[in-house]
Amino acid sequence: MTTKAFQKIYTKIDNITKATVSLRATGVGNDELATVGGHLAQVVKIMGDQVTLQVFEGTEGISTDAEVVFHGVPPTLKVGDGLAGRFFNAYGEPLEGGAPVEGEEREIGGPTVNPFRRRQPSELIATGIAGIDLNNTIVSGQKIPFFADPDQPYNQVMANVALRAKADKIILGGMGMTNDDFLYFKNLFENAGVLDRIVCFVNTTENPPVERLLVPDMALTAAEYFAADKGEKVLVLLTDMTLYADALAIVSNRMDQIPSKDSMPGSLYSDLAKIYEKAVQLPSGGSITIIAVTTLSGGDITHAIPDNTGYITEGQLFLRNDTDTGKVIVDPFRSLSRLKQLVIGKKTREDHPQVMNAAVRLYSDAAGAKTKLENGFDLSDYDERALAFAKEYSDKLLSIDVNIDITEMLDTAWALFAKYFKKSEVTIKSELVEKYWK
Amino acid sequence: MKTTGKVQGIISNIVIVRTEGAVSQNEICYITVGGVKLMAEVIKVTGKDAYVQVFDSTRGLKIGTEVEFEGHMLEATLAPGIISRNYDGLQNDLERMESLFIERGTKTDPIDYEKLWDYKPLAKVGDIVTAGDWLGEVQELWVAHKIMVPFTMEESYTIKSLAEAGEYNVNKVVAVLTDSKGEDHEVTMVQRWPVKKAIKAYTAKPRPSRIMETGVRAIDTFNPIADGGTGFIPGPFGAGKTVLQHAISKQAEADLIIMVACGERANEVVEIFAEFPHLDDPRTGHKLMERTTIICNTSNMPVAAREASVYTGMTIAEYYRAMGLKVLLLADSTSRWAQALREMSNRLEELPGQDAFPMDLSSIISSFYARAGLVHLRSGATGSVTFLGTVSPAGGNLKEPVTESTKKAARCFYALSQQRADSKRYPAIDPLDSYSKYLEYPEIVDYLDEHIEEGWVKSVMEGKTLVRRGKEAAEQINILGDDGVPVEYHEMFWKSELVDFVILQQDAFDDIDANCPIDRQKYMFDFVMEVCRKQYGFAEFEDCSAFFKNLINLFKQLNYTVWKSEEFAKYESEIRALVATK
Repeated sequence: MTTKAFQKIYTKIDNITKATVSLRATGVGNDELATVGGHLAQVVKIMGDQVTLQVFEGTEGISTDAEVVFHGVPPTLKVGDGLAGRFFNAYGEPLEGGAPVEGEEREIGGPTVNPFRRRQPSELIATGIAGIDLNNTIVSGQKIPFFADPDQPYNQVMANVALRAKADKIILGGMGMTNDDFLYFKNLFENAGVLDRIVCFVNTTENPPVERLLVPDMALTAAEYFAADKGEKVLVLLTDMTLYADALAIVSNRMDQIPSKDSMPGSLYSDLAKIYEKAVQLPSGGSITIIAVTTLSGGDITHAIPDNTGYITEGQLFLRNDTDTGKVIVDPFRSLSRLKQLVIGKKTREDHPQVMNAAVRLYSDAAGAKTKLENGFDLSDYDERALAFAKEYSDKLLSIDVNIDITEMLDTAWALFAKYFKKSEVTIKSELVEKYWK
Repeated sequence: MKTTGKVQGIISNIVIVRTEGAVSQNEICYITVGGVKLMAEVIKVTGKDAYVQVFDSTRGLKIGTEVEFEGHMLEATLAPGIISRNYDGLQNDLERMESLFIERGTKTDPIDYEKLWDYKPLAKVGDIVTAGDWLGEVQELWVAHKIMVPFTMEESYTIKSLAEAGEYNVNKVVAVLTDSKGEDHEVTMVQRWPVKKAIKAYTAKPRPSRIMETGVRAIDTFNPIADGGTGFIPGPFGAGKTVLQHAISKQAEADLIIMVACGERANEVVEIFAEFPHLDDPRTGHKLMERTTIICNTSNMPVAAREASVYTGMTIAEYYRAMGLKVLLLADSTSRWAQALREMSNRLEELPGQDAFPMDLSSIISSFYARAGLVHLRSGATGSVTFLGTVSPAGGNLKEPVTESTKKAARCFYALSQQRADSKRYPAIDPLDSYSKYLEYPEIVDYLDEHIEEGWVKSVMEGKTLVRRGKEAAEQINILGDDGVPVEYHEMFWKSELVDFVILQQDAFDDIDANCPIDRQKYMFDFVMEVCRKQYGFAEFEDCSAFFKNLINLFKQLNYTVWKSEEFAKYESEIRALVATK
């Protein structure tokens, strides 16, 4: 960013913390950008003539006489069709050189869509993974995160979902991503020949953490351009939102805010909601679907980050290692897609809702039987059958390596019911049992 | 002369204003930025500095910006034309906003000032009236909307003149009232009321004495909520709070429903926008939307307006209560409102209480719940506001400040359990932790004796005991093993499972099962209890589980079929035959 002739240059910084600097300045607007000794910063607090700036890259090496220039505008992104196929950093500057994108300059983190102008999401996104399509169907315009421990292959599953989803644009917002993971996504998109549909905003672990705070807004501003202006179906992938929240905590801590649960800022819910609520089905047909990743620590979903996320998003997909089959499965108990009711049994076969519930219930019976077994009790005949069913259900349907269409998933479930249970044991409406029992 | 001031400091949406003149706590002011006026509310005054919370984004705001104080608190506009509107937290009509995005500072009228209403007077010239008395009425959709003496008029007045019956817009002066000093006051169909104050235009607030049907068995049968009562639904995410609240909003036996979507997902409100205009209200035959008003401040809308939204909802509910209507107010979720309070308190650098919530959280919550209730009006009619809020406890832990504070204030407690949700036992209302204090009210017991059947509460208690015993039996079986306990334990456990599957669980997505009227609830509960009272004496526990699984399956089919239909009778006789075999 070059300085303009009329801009005033300040050279006396009063206070420096690890993430912020403050100085005396006048005529400064809230949220506007500034450059501090060549580093990008944003106004976060103004008290009289004392202005506090958050320096995205951190304040290492900034001296009290560093030049401070205010830009007079909040962070912006130039939006245009030229975004497609490009990779950017957190500031929206092209990585690997290349010409800047031509187009309109828009403020990031813009206004909310009027709830009354939204449309109800109704289009199913098929992923081929039965743990998702059968039990937790995703709908366009939905926002849903993967809850996974760091050792699980969440980025791979998310990439698979993205490639199979038939979206017009896929926008990747990478926060604190390792360079290896970034290259994985890049190669995958290249090999799949979909680069022209991809836009990436990436903050890798090599970049300063506070920069991450810009990534979701950048990605979603680009998404709103394609969805609202162009009427396209946009899929936004955000990974990893836990690292985003950690950056929020760093900043609020530096600003002496009183932390609430788990050292997170009291505004965590609103901060995350501002991002996730950008998911929308528009009347024009355009839509923004957000699939995010929230990494957990030891599967703990009561931590403030997954907990607040769960209250905001429309469900969550929970990955788990299944010890019976040795595969990674989409956990049917803890996973949920809140919007599935809008499509299952309507856009899919009529028996979908009941088959889904019955299978999960029987799987839960098996979990009960397993506890019994572990406690050293004899198993009843029903318990034995439930356990055998659970193993095959896990292998043929819950596992993330499944790739079949929904009707096939339903048929597979019916076949498993017939193999292990009596008709009266599945508690499904009898007319459906008569029609589909294998 | 309005007080003015200048912006002195900005911390996110808290703005410090150096004032020139008097300001009052909770006064509304406007800050002009980039040509638009941002509404804000005074929340703290120190010396000449007023701390105001801005109901919008403060991006680009500069020091020295002009601020104008309005001299009144945040007010709701009360007039015909509110029912079936969709408002934001500050009562702007969302439908009137043309653009796709809500631009900063957008304001729209809450009601239509041009629309003509068919007015007819109810009072007579010379009548002595006080605040809340009915002067006339207009037909708002299917509701006889009373035009009242404004709640802000505090003494008694003599009616000097009244408009004749005719077609008028809301600004028409429909009455002139003379006060004790002989001064005249003009009354139109519109009045304003500060949302944070309770409307007290009633003669008495008795204890609730009847129940409000919701069509949800786990509530109506097990823990009914009173008409004019209060209740809350805490539950971790994914436990089905919203689905349950939507079910109640569709089925509850109320004249009007006010739904406050407070800091929750926009798509949930969209669901109501999409469905309610097409769904029929089973009791009146009108469309559901014709009895529903939505106040919507979704989670990405400005935080400060979240707090305003619950108060706006309550004020509208109280307004319609004063017309003698039964109003049900639903708020999802009150935790978001508490979090908004926390964000403000944090920015004001107040000393925090538990989990960084403000110290007075508990009193704020209880004074809000206290605004609900059944009231006797001066006209002799009764009106009620029933309030049901959801709470989203952090980490699903019910020992957190919002749940604990609410527990002190609300009379019904519907705890949603993660364990039940995980095993897809919906609605996930925990039968043992949940309670309704109303079952202890002698008035309610009498009401149930009269309206359902003699001894109903006793029978319900028997059902609850059965569920508790079943749980104890299940624990014993888990510890000692299937063979390690007497077969009676299995029988006990399976009877509780029967009650759980048939009465407590309900399929909110099945057309028939979703809404269970009270007569059907009585029939089903009596039937299940009859089956449970019999002692079966199985020889083997396997026989016991097989028998009850079969029974549960048949009862489930019963729940899915039209009551009193041929099919229903068929399943019923199958059940009776099965029970007779043992």
